[in-house]
Amino acid sequence: MSFHTTGHGAQVGTTDRSEDGMTITDGTPERLDAGRTPDVPPSLQLEGVAYAYPDGHQALFGVDLQVGRGERVALLGPNGAGKTTLVLHLNGILAGGAGSVHVGGLPVVKDNLQEVRRRVGIVFQDPDDQLFMPTVRDDVAFGPANLGIRGAELDARVDRALAAVRLGDLADRPPYHLSFGQRRRAAVATVLAMEPEVIVLDEPSSNLDPASRRELAQILLSLDVTILMVTHDLPYALELCPRSVILSDGVIAADGPTKEILSDPDLLAANRLELPFGFDPRVLG
Amino acid sequence: MGAGHAHRLYRPAASPVHRLSPQSKLVATVLFVFVVVSTPREAVWAFGLYAVLLAGVAAVARIPAPLVLRRMLVEVPFVLFAVLMPFLSQGERVDVLGLSLSVNGLWAAWNVLAKATLGVVCSILLAATTDLRALLVGLERLHMPQIMVQIMTFMVRYGDVIGDEMDRMRIARESRGFQGRDVRALPVVARSAGALFIRSYERGERVHLAMLSRGYTGTIPLRGEATTAAQWRTALALPAAALLTCITAWVLR
Repeated sequence: MSFHTTGHGAQVGTTDRSEDGMTITDGTPERLDAGRTPDVPPSLQLEGVAYAYPDGHQALFGVDLQVGRGERVALLGPNGAGKTTLVLHLNGILAGGAGSVHVGGLPVVKDNLQEVRRRVGIVFQDPDDQLFMPTVRDDVAFGPANLGIRGAELDARVDRALAAVRLGDLADRPPYHLSFGQRRRAAVATVLAMEPEVIVLDEPSSNLDPASRRELAQILLSLDVTILMVTHDLPYALELCPRSVILSDGVIAADGPTKEILSDPDLLAANRLELPFGFDPRVLG
Repeated sequence: MGAGHAHRLYRPAASPVHRLSPQSKLVATVLFVFVVVSTPREAVWAFGLYAVLLAGVAAVARIPAPLVLRRMLVEVPFVLFAVLMPFLSQGERVDVLGLSLSVNGLWAAWNVLAKATLGVVCSILLAATTDLRALLVGLERLHMPQIMVQIMTFMVRYGDVIGDEMDRMRIARESRGFQGRDVRALPVVARSAGALFIRSYERGERVHLAMLSRGYTGTIPLRGEATTAAQWRTALALPAAALLTCITAWVLR
């Protein structure tokens, strides 16, 4: 896997109309299937994932979810729906409940953890949690170095990842001296450098000003990876993800084209999701 | 915050001293301090020579004297302690400007002052010519235990973050009319410190989670370069010259 620019960047700022049109005719939730062959395992496959925290609080009650390679899926849901718990199952930080998780066909079990964590890159909500090294370059190198990559290959990966998020010129700055938007992009670079199959973003647009929000969208659209985006920002989900999944009370409550889901006021209301004032997805093409 | 200050201690330049590898400068600094401490206090000329050596390093590194002098202020508490010695020590006494001072105490004060000052100046030069990240790389290459290098790395990275958090909490307190003027304000400040501790602890957990997610296995690989023999020779010239001085001082004693 790599993260070359694919040309999606040109569509930034609008929703992907041709793909939306296609879905309405064939009705399947999986759209980005160009170039996908039936024998390529899905990037993420969850079957009956259930989990209760040690204090007895049950967060997940049997989640089934499949995300094909190259798809961009938004994971929506109110606070406390179990979104973060679900995300931490994807790379084996949490486990031990019922069900199974496969990443690109590889089961998430103890023996595979290192490879699973290479394949699933999680971008956490607070970039200060993710960027802990003295310079941005060190931070981006941390993941691949843990995979045993050294020397010129490591430098090349770091440079590629930083170029992909357009931070090449700030590589040697301490993260503390970057703007919030730059730090969020640096956090994306730290997982890109591991050349993952899936990038999972936790609230990628939170605390970003509109320009940083748009810049991040452009970058995410230019990446050739599977994306699972946890968010409350419904317009952002519509802009970036053709498909959305609603997680509510630890189960999947809805799964379908983002535009259809956002156009269903009753479904949104039942799951404590709300569109911003004046925003109507039906108006957009 | 400590780390914030430390960032500001570094003074970028392109001098030969800046170019030396951090590990060689660390070793040179520690050796120099040991040599200075082992010098007999009566050999006043030797301390003068040490000072000349450091002045030479500062000149090569293009560190201006006023900057070094200003930073030497951290030594003030030691100076106060040293000033007391001639008054408090026992034994033979001399009169200086009408004050009766202990000869032993004067020597002890001189000993503390001279050695502490040289040590402080040497550290100031190290900090001014080596940035924090380079120091961490140097420590790691000198085989300091990983866990300590990691703790220092986090201190460098999060010192400012926690400092900012503390500042925001103070502003929020004061915005609600709190004025920390006297002892009665202490419980409030203590509770803020507690909240800050818990926040930092939780951040630590989140950072750990993020590290695990990127395959953390117990080591943080910092990438530095090996020191060349020429660099070692250059860096160790300072403690070597000091050692010669020290040996001469002991022989002449």
